[in-house]
Amino acid sequence: MSKLHVTTTVNGDEVDFLCDPRETLLDCLRDKLNLTGAKEGCGTGDCGACSVTVDGRLVCSCLMLGAEAEGKTIETVEGIADGDVLHPLQQKFIEHAALQCGICTPGILVAAKSLLEKNPNPTEEETRYWLAGNLCRCTGYDKIIRAVMETAEELREAS
Amino acid sequence: MALDDRKTDFTFVGTRPNRPDGLDKVTGRAKFGADMSAPGMLHGAILRSPHAHARIVKIDTSKAEALKDVKAVVTRADFADVPFKPGLAGEFWNVLENVMAGEKALYDGHAVAAVAATSALAARDALKLIEVEYEVLPHVTDVDKAMAPDAPVIREGAADYSVPEGMHPNVVRYHESGHGDVDAGFAEADLVLEDSFVTEATHQGYIEPHACLGLLGNDGKGELWCTTQGHWIAQKTCAALLGIETSQLRVTASEIGGGFGGKTTVFIEPVALALSRKANRPVKLVMTRSEVFRATGPTASASMDIKIGMKKDGTITAARGEFRLQGGAFPGAPGDMTAMCAFAAYNLTNVKQIGYDVMANRPKQAAYRAPGAPMGAFAVESVIDEMCNKLGLDPIEVRLKNAAHEGTKASYGPRYERIGLVETLEAAKAHPHYSAPLKPGQGRGVSCGFWFNHGGETSVTLALSEDGSAQLMVGTPDIGGSRASMALMAAEVLGIPYENIRVTVADTATLGYNDVSHGSRVTYASGLATIKAARHAVEKLCERAAAKWDIPVEAVKWENGCAVPSGPNAGDFDPMPLADITAKMGRTGGPISGHFEATPEGAGVSFGTHIVDAEVDPETGKTTITRYTVIQDAGKAIHPTYVEGQFQGGAAQGIGWALNEEYIYGEDGRLQNSIFLDYRIPVASDLPMIDTVIVEVPNPGHPFGVRGVGETGIVPPLAAIANAVSNAAGVRMKQLPMSPPRILAALKDNG
Amino acid sequence: MVEVHLWSGLRSLTGGQQVVEVEAKTTGDLLRELVRTHPQLEGPIEAGVSIAIDGRVIATGLTEPIPEGSEVYLMQRLRGG
Repeated sequence: MSKLHVTTTVNGDEVDFLCDPRETLLDCLRDKLNLTGAKEGCGTGDCGACSVTVDGRLVCSCLMLGAEAEGKTIETVEGIADGDVLHPLQQKFIEHAALQCGICTPGILVAAKSLLEKNPNPTEEETRYWLAGNLCRCTGYDKIIRAVMETAEELREAS
Repeated sequence: MALDDRKTDFTFVGTRPNRPDGLDKVTGRAKFGADMSAPGMLHGAILRSPHAHARIVKIDTSKAEALKDVKAVVTRADFADVPFKPGLAGEFWNVLENVMAGEKALYDGHAVAAVAATSALAARDALKLIEVEYEVLPHVTDVDKAMAPDAPVIREGAADYSVPEGMHPNVVRYHESGHGDVDAGFAEADLVLEDSFVTEATHQGYIEPHACLGLLGNDGKGELWCTTQGHWIAQKTCAALLGIETSQLRVTASEIGGGFGGKTTVFIEPVALALSRKANRPVKLVMTRSEVFRATGPTASASMDIKIGMKKDGTITAARGEFRLQGGAFPGAPGDMTAMCAFAAYNLTNVKQIGYDVMANRPKQAAYRAPGAPMGAFAVESVIDEMCNKLGLDPIEVRLKNAAHEGTKASYGPRYERIGLVETLEAAKAHPHYSAPLKPGQGRGVSCGFWFNHGGETSVTLALSEDGSAQLMVGTPDIGGSRASMALMAAEVLGIPYENIRVTVADTATLGYNDVSHGSRVTYASGLATIKAARHAVEKLCERAAAKWDIPVEAVKWENGCAVPSGPNAGDFDPMPLADITAKMGRTGGPISGHFEATPEGAGVSFGTHIVDAEVDPETGKTTITRYTVIQDAGKAIHPTYVEGQFQGGAAQGIGWALNEEYIYGEDGRLQNSIFLDYRIPVASDLPMIDTVIVEVPNPGHPFGVRGVGETGIVPPLAAIANAVSNAAGVRMKQLPMSPPRILAALKDNG
Repeated sequence: MVEVHLWSGLRSLTGGQQVVEVEAKTTGDLLRELVRTHPQLEGPIEAGVSIAIDGRVIATGLTEPIPEGSEVYLMQRLRGG
């Protein structure tokens, strides 16, 4: 099958790749661009480990074809930190031990960042429902929710 | 040199520093199983049986092999000839048979052939061209039906010595233990309650599917990268299944995206190596989620009968339990562990427990956090709760009255050393949660839980660098922050900052053998090994100081990261810091390292008590957990935040097991819910915050008092939640999961 | 002599005895002597056992000393997750 040439912007860099029309955006990020931060936990859009934003919208990259990335702006976990300065969410996740194994962490960070951009003052319930599409099997979510809420509070105080 | 073996006051232990691998894991840099690639790499895919039980008549791979993108196809013939033995004695054979089917496909999802091709898509396309002729056989997936006289026989000769004559060949192991006279005990009781309970199989549900990258040459030398709880067991097993020498296969553990017991064995690793040997190129194999559900190890399912006698004051006079566990088409269901753990929390004069290991046409069960214990606790603690209700007694008081303590003869035989059950119960009684008022429609449940914990074979090396920093090599994959705990323990002994210690999970070629990260053994055993390796290095540091000062080594002690004279008579020397000694170590006797290689045998058993509030919606049958408190004995919490995390994670998994999660098989013996949408694990909006209380009753078998904490936390939740739900709904729930349809049915039956 | 308490499922292999006596100074001695004096125990011992000495569970080790007068239990081999 002939391959498609796709040009897109990932974490601020213009990149291009050749993909099979059946390959997902997740496959392309991981296998063509070596951005292995997004993980495949299910391939059916149920676990959120592959979360990225496309033109500012939070999506499961396993549910989108690589070919659909043409001309889009994509942000992944690799783009969250500002150079060597961690995003406050990343810092807070480390401090709160909001990760155990760490496989869900990239997706949860992308999703949580997206939440705080839309709603800087989420309630616990809003945070829990926003992150309901991101499965974590290790933590019981307690420390994750606390880390997100506390980051939100600090960002509000700083602004 | 004086070194106290026991330590109770700490500088680093008990603090909560950031984990050393935190940066890697929040930036996407950490490399998990599927994140590795190699030059010339092929992609593998596995063809799986669509039948629950079928004879494999013929496999024709010629059309797949003819594709230009396909570089290798393997079937069972490409593996070593491992001899069959009954029971768990034949575990290598069992694993081989599970990894790639021989004469029969034994469950829906059983691997029958595999392909390596130039892309993942090409490999999947090629699978469709493999033609398998099956002769479909009768199947059985339910534990009680699998024991019935007319059940299809899964494999003759699989039973070991323990099974009494006359049992169905699907019963492969039998356990019976206890003490006293249960019939006499029941006769003394004011109330005797007998009931039956059922739990379905659940999956560990780690978010990272199994993944590996294997390379094996015709010279018998290989490399394997994989996500595993134990790379030495992967090395040993793969070598046996492929007929190569263990030491010729170097295995590197990737970062591991959850395991909970499910990554303690191999599934795809030997297949990747067999494909690589045939194609002479590296082969990457990654499971889909559906493959994980269908073909890796869920828990056993269980069917249980409990009988307990109690006096009016709450004293238990006798207890009897029969536990039938189904563990798939292979021996290994932990009926023995269920039996031994079921009544372990209680001081019983008369107790008898029987466990069965039963085969059925399901995937080979694997360990899942305290394997076997949660089911038994669900049944036993439900009966105790019902008896408390009937006798009008407080459930914590009754548990305190019967609680096991130091010197109690355990239900499984020996007398307990120092244990912390009573302390967890006292803490539960005093906790504000226990006295908080309940709203209408809510119920409260409590339960105790027990797990043995494990030591296991352990090797650790600690090497000092010239600048006074230390590198610690451990062999137990870091599954939940253990690098931090190891660094804390090493810092405590060496007296250098936590940040100056780099902890690496070494590969099989650079460290001696290590058992898997299981049995809650990492902080206990690798921790003990780290402490002893650090002490070994400190002995050498003291020797160098003694030589420099020209005094006997006995006159030197180690204090706050420095060698110092042990007393006024030893001489008047300034403290000599670690970095001053290591700076010159090459010229004063050579590099300084500490080692530990042994099998620590003092893991110390562990207890916990959980309190749960649940609200049941009578319209929909949906249960909401409104409050949850975990109280557990950690012996000594090295990094309390990660101990809390283990408690919370165990509780959350228990909530899933109790309320939602189950393997659902159709009449055709095929798994009906093999994706996360249908097999629903708890999501963030399902759960409340989970409060924790860390009780610390030091384990006499660890220098800092550590008890493993990883597993015990999943033992009480099933029962605690069932008790809360039953009390809220006014009807005793005897089957898990307590999904909305089951609760509605129970409410309806109850009128 | 060490009194070894067996789990009751093993009685069928020891002519009904649940406590047997053997001469042993270590856990390895104990297993060897058990098999020598009660050959039918070879099956369970080969399949894997743990030994509790005064309540401390020795999961696999054969070199652990058994102090005089200690309480010894043979147990099914423990397995973890």
